[in-house]
Amino acid sequence: MNYILDGLRQALELLLGGDPATFSAVWTTLLVTLEAMAATLVLGAPAGFLLGYADFPGKRAARLAVETFLSFPTVVIGLVVYAFISRRGPLGELGLLFTVPGMAVGLTILGLPIVIALTAQAVENLDPRLRPTLLTLGAGPRQVFFATLGEARFGLLLAATAAFGRIFSEIGISMMLGGNIKWSTRTITTAIALETGKGEFATGIALGIVLMIIAFAVNLAASAFRRRSAA
Amino acid sequence: MRATMLGRLILALALSLVVSGSALAAGETLMMATTTSTDDTGLLPVLGEAFKKDTGIELKWVAVGTGKALEHGKNCDVDVLLVHAPAAEKKFVEDGNGTKRTEVMFNDFIIVGPASDPAKIKGKKAGEALAAIAAAKAPFISRGDDSGTHKMEQSLWKGAEIALPDKESWYVSAGQGMMATLNMAGERKGYTLVDRGTYISYEDQAKGKPALVVLVEGDKPLLNQYSVIPVNPAKCEKVKIKQAQIFSDWLASPKGQKVVGDFTVKGKKLFTPNAAK
Repeated sequence: MNYILDGLRQALELLLGGDPATFSAVWTTLLVTLEAMAATLVLGAPAGFLLGYADFPGKRAARLAVETFLSFPTVVIGLVVYAFISRRGPLGELGLLFTVPGMAVGLTILGLPIVIALTAQAVENLDPRLRPTLLTLGAGPRQVFFATLGEARFGLLLAATAAFGRIFSEIGISMMLGGNIKWSTRTITTAIALETGKGEFATGIALGIVLMIIAFAVNLAASAFRRRSAA
Repeated sequence: MRATMLGRLILALALSLVVSGSALAAGETLMMATTTSTDDTGLLPVLGEAFKKDTGIELKWVAVGTGKALEHGKNCDVDVLLVHAPAAEKKFVEDGNGTKRTEVMFNDFIIVGPASDPAKIKGKKAGEALAAIAAAKAPFISRGDDSGTHKMEQSLWKGAEIALPDKESWYVSAGQGMMATLNMAGERKGYTLVDRGTYISYEDQAKGKPALVVLVEGDKPLLNQYSVIPVNPAKCEKVKIKQAQIFSDWLASPKGQKVVGDFTVKGKKLFTPNAAK
């Protein structure tokens, strides 16, 4: 029972006391999340927009595939990416295993279906009168495209927030591809697993609280952005 | 216009991935795969620091079960191994995956269980104790994760000439780390096999009232030998064999052996250095 109170006290100590190992894990978590989020949005947002906006043969199958990938277990993603980036794997030459970019590759695969599916959904759920209205107002295809993009921005923000939540708190992929190496690939979540393995439950809870504080800050920023651009 | 910008972004991202990946690989570092027991006890950070001071080489490690550690070695993903499963290690070297196996230290396993000891195993030899547990159908929690500890447990059942009671309802295969397994045994009032280091941490955290106590210890089959194996450059050309060999030699040298021997957890010695002189 005392674990929780001890954890709370320790979380404050770790953060306020500037514990270097904790800050290294926080930094690694932010770095890998940033890399994975950038890749996820750059690849996923256009793909999701296309999937919701355009009509093409095989669209339903593509939708189904994306939605199935939403339930891809993270350990399997870890395992598959491991097989590719291991020295014995086809991409072994890049030396990505046990590095932050290697983890980012796995986390990108985790985030992609979320961003694609939610972006496509957001574009499809736009007011169906939007396009005819724009057309009757004399908009060209280019203008229709950009207006739709603008209207879908909240959906995109929601997709990004959902992907962030998954990527930021992920552990299976990070453990497998990063290896939980101190000062290098140890993230907050893999550090929690290690501390729990050592039986240091209070430290584990403290790190969990640190994770929640950061997640809260990020979501607060996202919601502030939403309010400002809605006004 | 848009498409080229996107293309450039992707290219830049891919480039940065490659660059930062190879930047990490450069420099005097040594990548080791080892077992959770060495990391959980805190020996590795001490060892890594002393090694860097003496040789300037930075030791990095991934702590996994012995089975996975050997697999990392086979896949050329690490330079050196520090593991404790002699039979599997010998096979690893015979198959040409490692250059040479150097024994460096040992610690010991103990069998722990509830103080009430329903199967009456206290003070028995390891094999007799397991037979008594099986006869009493008392709960036994197994690591079940192909770790060195799990392999040791399997060899003890074999030594006691009891078929692995995998399907019995009293035999619980946890599939988790040592501390999680200990906690499970504590909650279920069961027996388990544990390395002394993890048990000392467990006992310390229980603040004087551990749910599990030491019942069997000191029997010869319970000794746990650790060895260092550099990964074979003949199979893995990228492996840093020079640094791996330096580590192996250093750990077996008086300097490295002293670090191992002086290491304590909560004031208790855990590992006994035993490299051949």
